[in-house]
Amino acid sequence: MRFKILIRLKNQILEPQGKVIEQSLKSLGFEEFTNIRQGKLIEIDLPDTLNEKERLKKIDAACKKLLVNEIIEEYEVLG
Amino acid sequence: MSFKSAVITFPGSNCDRDALSYLRDLTYGEVFNIWHEEISLPKVDLVILPGGFSFGDYLRSGAMASKSNIINEVINHANGGRYLLGICNGFQILTETGLLKGALIQNKSIKFLGKDCYIKKKFNNKFNCNIQNNEVLQIPVAHNEGNFYCDQDTLNYLQDEELIAFEYCNGEYSLDDANINGSLHNIAGITNENRNILGMMPHPERAYQDFHASKDGKKIIESILS
Repeated sequence: MRFKILIRLKNQILEPQGKVIEQSLKSLGFEEFTNIRQGKLIEIDLPDTLNEKERLKKIDAACKKLLVNEIIEEYEVLG
Repeated sequence: MSFKSAVITFPGSNCDRDALSYLRDLTYGEVFNIWHEEISLPKVDLVILPGGFSFGDYLRSGAMASKSNIINEVINHANGGRYLLGICNGFQILTETGLLKGALIQNKSIKFLGKDCYIKKKFNNKFNCNIQNNEVLQIPVAHNEGNFYCDQDTLNYLQDEELIAFEYCNGEYSLDDANINGSLHNIAGITNENRNILGMMPHPERAYQDFHASKDGKKIIESILS
């Protein structure tokens, strides 16, 4: 089964790439687009033999150990 | 007994040779170059985690390198009270391992900074004890993620426990804004509580030879050796 993990910088942390994207979109006429923040998406396959609880437990462990730096980032498993 | 040191090389390290020369020229002792896949580290007095783009900065700067084989040995080395110095990407690796607090995020200006900068000592430790309190050092930086961040409690802790080793200050290369990359409290380098681990964004190994713009980088090694 395929899982998606959405990782974003915490709200209080400046995300300069989003600001630049916002400026570029503005110059292309997308003035309504504000507060843009860029994050990252990681997609993972896990075997169907694991039950949902086991899968989420494994994803959580991988996030805490490597995929996410919880000092600056937060994550959400999109399933 | 002569001083022994080692530099760890990761795929993508590009300041490891500079760090090796820096140690050979200034410590006059034996210097080892250790590949990240090794599982043992010779008994040395100082280990340098050099600058560069270890593992292409994939995921986050320093994230992959912080899980390398050699890192357990590096942690054991530091737990034994011996010196560990992370420069630039090495600093990012130290925060990713949790040996140092905080994180290094993208520069506020979104620019890669490759230029000389000015720093001064904030609190005394073994890495800067030969430097006077108001002495300004000219040392180059070369980074995209050098913006030091931590939460307010951690920042208070770093301040109260006197763990801030270096801060950016004004000088010829930072006239308008001492804070070149957006770091909290102008932080350029911090230590652990035991003060045997230092992480810093500026490159002392690029400021010690006759052809370098400055020789201020010598003062870090001279402090350690003193």
